[in-house]
Order: sequence, then structure tokens, then C-alpha cells
Amino acid sequence: MSEVTITIDGLEIKAREGTTVLQAAQENGLYIPNLCNHPDLDPAGLCRVCVVKMDDWKIAISCKLPVKDGMVISTEDPEVQQIRKNTVELLVANHPMTCLTCERDSTCELQKVAHYVGIKPDDIKRYRRSVRSIPMDTSNPFFDMDHSKCILCGICVRTCDELQNINAINYAQRGVASLISTLGNKPIAESRCESCGECVVRCPVAALSPKNTMEPMRQVKSICTYCGVGCGVMLGVRGDQIVSVEGDYDNPVNQGSLCVKGRYGYKFINHPERLKTPLVRKNGELVEATWDEALDQIEAKFSKHKGEKFAALASARITNEDNYLIQKFTRAVMGTNNIDHCARL
Amino acid sequence: MAGLATALGSGAMTNSIHEISGAKTILAIGTNTTQAHPVLALQVKKAARNGANLIVANPKEIDLCRHATIHIQQRPGTDVPLLMGMIRTIIDEGLADQNFIKERCEDFDQFKASLQDFDLDHVSEITTVPKELIVEAARLYATSGPAAILYCMGITQHCHGTDNVWAISNLALITGNLGKPSAGVNPLRGQNNVQGSCDMGALPDVYPGYQKVHLPENQQKFEKAWGAKLSTEPGLTHSEIFDDAYHGKIKSLYLIGENPVLSEANANHAIEAMEKLEFLVVQDIFLTETAAMADVVLPAASFAEKNGTFSNTERRIQRIRQAIAPVGETKPDWQIVCAIAKKMGASGFEFSSPEEIMQEIASVTPSYGGISYDRIESVGIQWPCPNQDHPGTPILHTEKFGTPSGKAKLIPLSFRDAAELPDDDYPLMLTTDRSLFHYHTGSMTRRVDGLEQLDSEELLKINPQDARELGLEDQEMVKISSRRGETTVKTKLTGICPPGLVSMTFHFAESPTNVLTNAALDPVAKIPETKVCAVRVEKIVA
Repeated sequence: MSEVTITIDGLEIKAREGTTVLQAAQENGLYIPNLCNHPDLDPAGLCRVCVVKMDDWKIAISCKLPVKDGMVISTEDPEVQQIRKNTVELLVANHPMTCLTCERDSTCELQKVAHYVGIKPDDIKRYRRSVRSIPMDTSNPFFDMDHSKCILCGICVRTCDELQNINAINYAQRGVASLISTLGNKPIAESRCESCGECVVRCPVAALSPKNTMEPMRQVKSICTYCGVGCGVMLGVRGDQIVSVEGDYDNPVNQGSLCVKGRYGYKFINHPERLKTPLVRKNGELVEATWDEALDQIEAKFSKHKGEKFAALASARITNEDNYLIQKFTRAVMGTNNIDHCARL
Repeated sequence: MAGLATALGSGAMTNSIHEISGAKTILAIGTNTTQAHPVLALQVKKAARNGANLIVANPKEIDLCRHATIHIQQRPGTDVPLLMGMIRTIIDEGLADQNFIKERCEDFDQFKASLQDFDLDHVSEITTVPKELIVEAARLYATSGPAAILYCMGITQHCHGTDNVWAISNLALITGNLGKPSAGVNPLRGQNNVQGSCDMGALPDVYPGYQKVHLPENQQKFEKAWGAKLSTEPGLTHSEIFDDAYHGKIKSLYLIGENPVLSEANANHAIEAMEKLEFLVVQDIFLTETAAMADVVLPAASFAEKNGTFSNTERRIQRIRQAIAPVGETKPDWQIVCAIAKKMGASGFEFSSPEEIMQEIASVTPSYGGISYDRIESVGIQWPCPNQDHPGTPILHTEKFGTPSGKAKLIPLSFRDAAELPDDDYPLMLTTDRSLFHYHTGSMTRRVDGLEQLDSEELLKINPQDARELGLEDQEMVKISSRRGETTVKTKLTGICPPGLVSMTFHFAESPTNVLTNAALDPVAKIPETKVCAVRVEKIVA
């Protein structure tokens, strides 16, 4: 792909032909404030925060502006500053001021943009409106939808459409009454939503936020344990608990995507019903035992039943290394090829 | 898997997941992809969004149909005539890839002769699919390539599942849709490491890497590697193990991470078989319905508590890593096996880490020969990967097939119906499927509150017309029975099932679907026919 040269705020940068000014800036490590843009989605040009001045005369939104060789862009022209400050002030005007206790505090895109354009307490007073009082949709067991925090950027709507092709949500109503809604404004759990959580991951504010999750102390790169697709996951750990799962963006299989089971189906790991000790049958009942007791019983019986009296069923749920050893044990120690697993079910 | 290996020389997915979105035509047959493989389904939907032709062949109107160009609603168990009908159309209309057939396939003449039985009127009658639709699908598949075929248990879980798979490989072969990007024959693996457990030789007839146990050279190779005397007699398959246990021939069974009480077709037979065992050891993370029957239960660490590798459906060997310490006194499965082997005085189980085990795997498994933990530290490699310098193989069969002759086999087929068809006593056909929110017998997902909230009970999907004739309401508790067993379940009236067909998952112990299903086996692959059996649905009279 051929390259063009453009100038942003006096700085010459190389850009790939066919990209937009915003993309080119981001690829060169330059920040142009924006809210409705997401690298996984087509540019929408909705929020008007990424405005720039082009060739000293034309105001344009950089997420929709294709790069052209020799183009000169200003992101700090007084007119640009004024437009984007007004835009952000209007978004902040009815936004809840509960940042400290908000899920997205310090990772919120609105916070970042407001800070960048220089919103001051007096600016907020000028436009201040009451917070929208639409009841929160808490129907989904894994995430909540808080309309009062929604900035109508549409990233959730486009994620559900462009990436997931599910189309569970869309804009409803007009003007100040606009909101993100399901078909017939039903609770999200009763819609066609598949709870994949891809919209929650991409929401730039806390309008969509996961329920009952804790920030992990560290993350461990692994592979999902459910189906055969083998999505890369980042297991979030706190103490001896798994507290979150995120998609691994570096994994070529899923490139960050996960389904409802992969993202939210991890609570079985620390479930109180996990088996914690060996059990042996005594007087008809399974009772807790030590590993030594269990191994003694196994040795006694297996030694008697070598060859055709023995069979092992390995598992499609455990690792290659586990399976390798089980078949080796069956063949080399028990002397039989009676080894299979549940591949056919 | 056995079927595909005979035809192509390998039983695995021929192409890679990310290639699916690049296909011009996708035939998704016997796969409810959005429910069973949701992230892979994103690729299918992306292709359809970009203008690819999506042909969905499924007796039910599954979610994927929303994105389909054509939905073929064949009668369950008639995939062979459907596919052979498509093939006949392609050959009759001169749309076959003659070069590919000549250069890379064998047995074309015998195969062509077997198409005699599949004239379209006959095919249309058996499958209940309009002739025009079969022709349209055939033309799209043959002329708009690259064309990929995706299939899953809807193809394999039949008493003629191997024939179904051969019909698929035949279709791909005569159109040259193998060995190139975004095409291929792609069996979607249901469980996280089903590919890997096959690769590792957790099968009765092969050592790791599909090396046949009956060949003396393989026996000698592994006797040398393992320092033990080995048998050249192939072992028993899954269903045969239960049969032999039932007849008292198997005395001890060591069962790991599986719950046949719920998952086995004709589950009551499996339960009786396990009751007759002298000694049952079950190794699992929960006290499953099956573990509760055991003499000894061994507590295993979950995937989050151990290191190792899984091989996904596209043959990619990927590392899993220990995130937390094993819960309670649980141990990783490999450590448990080593402990048992050592207790029995065996040598060859002195491993200190899964990485060491992988070194041994690589030394005896040609297709894993170049795999080491260092190489797959960040991104997994797709087998075959014969040596340290080999980059892995995203697409199989690009130059030649893995058969002894290097050519793919076209396999003549004839139609055999399902083993059990509806009759006066059992007038409805039951098929099984899966829910997006649950996994297999639910031992994990049913312990996740949120998933349980989204999908909390078994529902018998039944067409409103059938329900009306039986006088049934939506959400009504009914009795469902087959020749093998009965259970109760709530109805869900839905047009997803055509009249005459009902459907259940097998995630819920409260309504154990597999007491109903038929264990009639495919003669080659020994897969039970859980996708078709005859049932009766009745009102519960108080």
C-alpha cells in the first residue's frame, strides 16, 4: 500500500493511503480527542469530538476524513477548540458526577476527553442539567445498562451489528429522548441479546458495565476451556480466585472476541462444590480419604485387572500431556489398547 | 474422523478458522454454529455480510438461517442423498473440476457409477427438499469458490455418520475445493481438546499421531520408547467398553472428565454397565452423576490450575497456564496418572512438568515433532509440524493427500435411513442439540449462576402444529418416551422444528435426554445415533 505525507499541527507524518486522518494520527502516536470511534468498527462520525481544521479553511471530522498527500491539519485551531469544547460540555451537562465510585473511573473516555479539552467547574455550571432518570436495566446477570451514563456514541449498537451480527440493540426515540434500546424496549435479558459482552468491553463510559467483577491483581494468558475453537483468554486473578476473563487480542483464533460462556462462565472454578479430596466408598457411601488410601485401593484392583479386564476413558476436556500419559499408562502399564474418550458425543 | 482419514488421509479440519470469512460460498451442514461455536460463527456471519453465499443445510430453522442465502431443510438422516444429489447435479451440468479429479483423486469411475441411484426426483422425495433448491445449492457451491464446508455432530452422530462424512469429502473433491485457502472440509470440534486427545492416541486403534497399533513397526517403536511390552490388538471403543462392562468382561474402568450418565446415548445401558463393574475410578473436578457411582473418586485440578496444551479444531497447539494454585488437595491429571503408575511400580512416569511430557510427545509423534513450549510461548502452531524449523501447516493437502497413494479417494455411497424411524407407537422424531449458555452435561455451566439464570431448564422444542394435535400448551410439563426410556420435560412451541421433529439438548440432569436416544452405532466410527430416534410425547394426566 502506498504512503502519503500529511502535516498535523506542523508535524509531518507518513500515512497509509486509504486511512483517515484520525487513524493516521493514532498510528503515529498522536492523540485527537474522540468518543464514537473504535478501531474494530467502521467510522461513524457521530460524536463530532474529533473535529479538525483542514488546509486552513475547512472544519471536518477526522474519523471520516481520508488522508491526501500534502494535506495540512490543525487540531488546535481556535475554531476547532471552541466547537469541540461546546460538544463535550453538552455531553457532560447531564452526566452523573459520581466519577469516584464509577466502574470506569480513570479508564473513562469521556473523562479523558473532558480533561483534554479543558472543561472547568464553571463550564459545567453553565450548562448543567439534571441527570437523565431512566431506570437502569439490570435484567442481564452479567452486566447492567445505565442510560444516565450513556453518551449515545453507538459503539454498542455497531458492535452488535458489524461484529456480532446479532442486532439486539439500536437507537430508539428522537432528540433529547434518544436512547439505546432493545426491540420493543424490553429488558435486555428478554431481547435477542446473546450476552457475549462485546458491547460491554467496548463501551467508552460506564453505560454498560459488568456486574460483580473485581479488577484483577494480575492476568494470566491461557486458552478457554469450553468448545474446540480454542479462544485465547486472559484469566484475571485475585488471591486464589479467578475474578475475570478477557479475550486475548494477540490470539489469532479469536483476536479478542469471546462468547458468553468464555467471558462469564468462569465461576465454576472456585465453586464451593469442587471436589477437594479423594473419596472412597466405605459401607456403600463415598467418604473423604487421603491420596494414599485412594492410591492403595487403585493399585490393588488395577494390578488384578491388567489386560482385557481393564479399560480407560480419557477426556477431551484435559490437556494433551494428560491424555498422552493416560494412553501410555493404559498401553504400557495395563497392557491393553482399551483406551478411548468422548470424541463421539 | 475415521471417515475423513480414509478419504483424505487426515481426519482434522483442513483449513484455518480465520480463512472462513474469506470464503465465497459456505456450506454449513449439521452444525448449529452460532450456539455451539459462537466465536467461529462470527467468521461465517462476516463472510455472509461481505456477500458470500451461505448455504445452511439443517432440518431445523437455526439462528444461522437469518444470514443464509439458501436454507435446505432436509429430513434428519438424509444427508447422503442430499449431498450425492448435489454432486450429481454438478457432474451432469459439467461444473466439476475435471483437472482436480484427474490429478488428485482416484476411483472416480466407481464413484460416478454410484450416482446412478441419486437422480434428483428420488433425492427430493427422500430428503423432502424441493429439487430446485438442491440444484441452486449445487450450482452456487460448484461455481462460486473458494467454497468451504463446515460440519459438526449433525453429520457424525448417525448410524451412517461415516457415509455422511464421505459424501462431504466427495463434494469438496469433485469441485477441487481442497488444499487452497478459504475452502476445505472442516469438521468443527465440540470440546476444547477433542482434537488433542485424538492426536495423543486416546483412541483404541492408534498410538499418538495416528500410528496404527496393529502394525508391528509401530509396536516396536513404542515398545522401545516406553520400555514395555505392547499389544497389537486394537482395543475397544467407547460404546464397546460399556457393552463389555455390561457383560462382565471389563472389571475395572478408569474414567476421566466425562459424565456418561448424561452424555451416553441410551444412558440407562451405560448406567447398568457401570453398576456391573467390579471397580470404577472417576477423576473429575465435581462429583458428577457418574462420579457418584464410583468406588474411588479422584479430585482433579481445573484448567485454570495447571499448565499444558490444548489443540483446537484447526489443529493449533496452544498453551494453557496455571493461574491459581490447585483447589484443596486436587492435582493436575498428569500428576495423578504418574502417581498411579509409580504406585504400580512402573517406570517412564518420572515427569516434573508438562513441558517435559511434551518433549516426549514430540519425540514419538511425527506431526508434533517440532513442537516445544518455547516455540508456542505466544502463538500456537498448527500441526503437522515435523521439525523445529517447520512453521506449521495452516492448510492441509496443498500438494498431496495423506493417503498411501497421495491421492484422495472418491467413495461410492448408497442411502441408508436412520436406524429407528417414527412409527405408530413412537410417531415423532427426536433430535438433539445444544444451548449457547450451557456446555455438555452442564457440570461446569450449571454451576455458574448467571448462565443458569439465562437458561435454567430443558425445553422440548416442538412445532405448534404437533402440539395442537397432542393438545399441548406452551411451557406444559409433558412425558416423552422412546423404546429405551422416558423422562419429563417442559414444551416450547416453536417453528424452529418442522412438524414431526422435536428437539432437546442434553445439558440438564432433571430431563436426561440420553435415556431416550438410540445407541445404534456407525459401523466404522462407532458413533451412536444421538441425532435421530423415534419418540412419543404425551400429556401428563394428573
